[in-house]
Parts: sequence; C-alpha cells; structure tokens
Amino acid sequence: MAAATTMHLGGDQAARFESRAATRETPLVKWLILGTALSFFAVFLLMPLIAVFVEALRKGWETYATALVDPDALSALRLTLLAAAIALPLNLVFGVSAAWAIAKFEFRGKHFLITLIDLPFSVSPVIAGLIYVLVFGAQGWFGPWLSEHDIKIIFAVPGIVLATVFVTFPFIARELIPLMQAQGKEEEEAAIVLGANGLQTFWHVTLPNIKWGLLYGVILTNARAMGEFGAVSVVSGHIRGETNTLPLHVEILYNEYQFAAAFAVASLLALLALVTLGIKTWVEHRAAAAWRNSQDDAS
Amino acid sequence: MSAAKTFRVLPGFNLTLGYTLGYLSLIVLIPLAAVFLKTAELSFGEFWNVVTAPRVVASYKLSFGMSLLAAAINAVFGLMLAWALVRYTFPGKKLIDALVDLPFALPTAVAGISLTALYAKNGWLGQYLDVLGIQVAFKPLGVLVALVFIGLPFVVRTVQPILEDLDTELEEAATSLGARRWQTFRHVILPILLPALMTGFALAFARAVGEYGSVIFIAGNIPMVSEITPLMIITKLEQYDYTGATAIATVMLILSFILLLVINGLQAWTAKRTGRDR
Repeated sequence: MAAATTMHLGGDQAARFESRAATRETPLVKWLILGTALSFFAVFLLMPLIAVFVEALRKGWETYATALVDPDALSALRLTLLAAAIALPLNLVFGVSAAWAIAKFEFRGKHFLITLIDLPFSVSPVIAGLIYVLVFGAQGWFGPWLSEHDIKIIFAVPGIVLATVFVTFPFIARELIPLMQAQGKEEEEAAIVLGANGLQTFWHVTLPNIKWGLLYGVILTNARAMGEFGAVSVVSGHIRGETNTLPLHVEILYNEYQFAAAFAVASLLALLALVTLGIKTWVEHRAAAAWRNSQDDAS
Repeated sequence: MSAAKTFRVLPGFNLTLGYTLGYLSLIVLIPLAAVFLKTAELSFGEFWNVVTAPRVVASYKLSFGMSLLAAAINAVFGLMLAWALVRYTFPGKKLIDALVDLPFALPTAVAGISLTALYAKNGWLGQYLDVLGIQVAFKPLGVLVALVFIGLPFVVRTVQPILEDLDTELEEAATSLGARRWQTFRHVILPILLPALMTGFALAFARAVGEYGSVIFIAGNIPMVSEITPLMIITKLEQYDYTGATAIATVMLILSFILLLVINGLQAWTAKRTGRDR
C-alpha cells in the first residue's frame, strides 16, 4: 500500500531516452502526450492550489488577516499543533521499533505483520474515527466506566489525538522498513562485536544510515496529522474553541458562508502542504546524493 | 539462517517486536475489532436490511462507480504524466514533479472547498462548463472530479520508477526488428508497466472508495443521488444509530481488506516482473 508514499530517488533520466531514436516519439506524438499530461496537471492539481490563495485574498488582506487571528482560528491552530506534536513522537518510536524488529531479524509472519501495519492506509478516515467512538464513546466498551470517572475521550482532545495517531500510523514504519532491510545488518553486528551496546549501535551506526528516510517519514506524518479531516471530524464534536482543528475550522466557516475566511484558513494549510512538498523534495535530493556516494564508496 | 534463529548478535528483538505488536494492537487491531463485534450484535437479517437499504445501495453505486471511473482516468492520464516526467525535458519539470504529490500533502478539506469554488456555476471552470450545459459541483460528476484529484499521485508514483528503470536496449531491439513506435509501446513497454499500472489503479481506487473530506463539499450530498458511502456512516452516527453506522463500516472494511490483498498481490507481481523491491 505504501508504494506511492515511499521515497523516490530516481534522477532525471530524460536525456537517456531523448538521445536515442529508438526511445523517442515523433515530435507530434511527443507534444500530444506532453500537452495532454500538462493540461491534466494544470486543471486537476495546479488550479485547485491557486484557487485557494485567490479565494483567500478575494476580500483583501484585511479580511484575510482578521480570519487568521480570530480566537477560534488560533485555538484550532493550537489543537492542530498539539495533535501533531503527540502523534508524531508516538509514531516515530513505533516506526523505528517496528523497522528494527522487521529489518534486522528473521521471524515467522513478518509479511503478515507488514500488511497489518499498512491497515490504517486502507481504512476510510471515517471508519478510523468510528472505531474510537465504538471503544470510548458513550455507548462504547469503556463508555460507562469513563463517564463514571469523568474522563472524556470522544468529543474531546484525546479522541482527536487518537484519530490522528491512527491515520498517520504506518508512515514512518513504512518508510524505514524497506530502507533498513536494504542496508542489512552487517554494520550493526560489527559495532556490537566491537563492544558497543544496543543504544550506541543504533545511535552511531543505524541512525546516520536512516536519517533521510526518517525525516521523510516525519514530514509525511506531520502533513497528514495537521491536515486530517474525516477521522477527526467523527470524534471531534465540533465544539468551537475546544475541539476544532484547523481543517474542521475551515469546514465550519465554509458552511456558514464565510468563504473568504474559510479560504484564508485553508491557505494556511495549503502553505503547510507546499512547505511539506519543498522539504520532501529536498530530502529526496539529499538522500539520492547520499545513496550515490555510498555506491561510489562501494565500487 | 539457522545461526540467526539460535543466536542473535543484535540486541532488542524481543523489546522492539513486543512494543510493535502491543502498540499495533492498542491503536489499530483492537479498535478495528470493535467494528466486527458491534456488528455481531445484529442478527444477519437486521444487518442485511441496514446494508441493503435503498439509500445505502445508491451510495455504494456512486462510491464504487465513481471510484472505478476516477482510477481509470488516473491510469490513463497518470501514465501520460509519468511518461512526460521521465522521458521528456521541459521547463518547470522539477516543480511539476514535486507538485504531483500535492494531493498527499494538501488537507482534503482544503481540496474540497477549492474544487467546489472552481466548479461552481460562477467558478473559473464551472462558468465555461455551465455554458456547455455541464454541471459538476453538487452533482455526481463533482464526486468524480474530487476522486480524480486525490488519486492521481498513486498512479504517477507507482509507474514512474518502473519507467525510469526501463532499459533503452529493449526498445532499440524492437525498433531494429522493424517494430513501429506504437507496436513497441503496445507489445514491449506496456507489458512491463502493466503490473505497476494496475497497482496504481488499485491504490487510487482503494483511496477513492474511503475518501471523505475532498468529496463532501463538492458532492451536494443529495440522498439517492450524490451521497457517498462514508457519508452514510456519518449520517447514521449523527442520528446516534451506532449499529447502523457500524454495519455499513463492516461492508467497507471487508472491501478494504480484499483490496489490500489484491494490492499486495499486484505489488509482488510488479516486483517479480521488474526485479524491483517493492
């Protein structure tokens, strides 16, 4: 499931194909393919992105700024940051731990375990929210016990954090598992044999080898955590100033016909997406360079 | 192999595997099991009545139909985009390559309101389509547009690495044997790409079926016409009909599990066909 979200290290290959007659199309066909592909890209990806910013500024900078410093918007921003700040380290520890167990050791059921780790990717976000309602909601398994002890999880911040953890669950693990499998375990074994303990080995040997993959997973996790809508929507209860994240705040403003304000807050999230893509591209670039260096060293 | 079983040089196996299994169970497996246990409270007749109610069936038709169509559109245009990115030099290529992942990074609610603004009657695209008599926003066609948006990177990113790895020798051999360019594509390149293309199609389809945020703004959510299945779950939840919501979720989960198996199979096939690790 993760094929589309794992790091992509291919450099520009166009010259290789364009230099040979056998791997070239006639100019007409080439321009037809290129034109169609770029038009499709422009209509389906570029225009929605640009529209966010144009709509956000439609009523001028003042409306834009007002929407962003609105107390409800600021509290939504705080909750969004909080959810990401909790989900990220939890899934980071899990991802490293799962990758260590899966990549460095042989055991039965490994492929099945990887499939299970992938599950949250293939579950609808709405169901991701629903499952926590079934466990912690008023009618859920722990509902009566929780209300007896005056603990709120659903329609409260813990539910939002749980839903966020669920939807971002596989990202880091799925990035690290193939990477650490490809690197093998000889370097770590050498470190252990030379007297390093497990943590030293991880810190000084493994971590430098996986840092780009780790960073890549962290960026994707963060983007999804801050942008999640469906799962969070189910468990939030939409209490303004309390259980609204930024994406939910966008929905509320939009449904109240405050379009300029909705798009203003949305533009903040779109900026986050652009920064994410920027860092992601830079990480891929660095990782590709590191990989080429290691290939050169090997030969 | 046998040495690894009896004596492990590296430490931490029990700790990391134990933590992995514990965390996986707590966050994913046990809560997911709740769906099936809750559904089991219903008799089969009750379950069947919920999941085959006319409004729910209409939502399956819309969700599955539009998801299939969106995945097919993405398979065609995603392949062209991947082809252009790998094989041609053009200005702005690096930027476009990076922006292909936008649907992964852009929050779905943002995509939803933006697409709605574009395709509304007075929107940039909607005003021209309106002249042609085509309405997209608040119609089933709007669902399709949103699903095309979120599915595109899945096809591009699964096909692109396979295209990059392709040996030029294959095409040179085909050409020297007298094949025309189209024949080379049809009989040499496409068979190599097919497993990856189908994987991308299946990934885009799986994502589309469960998608919620980008769709609900543009769909209009008219009962029997433009309600997607995830919305039916939300509707039931808002009416405090937890068993009803869970029954529909069960249907979706079973489909997701089947798709997950299909995708795993397809990825294994891709790996075998191309010698790549997945």
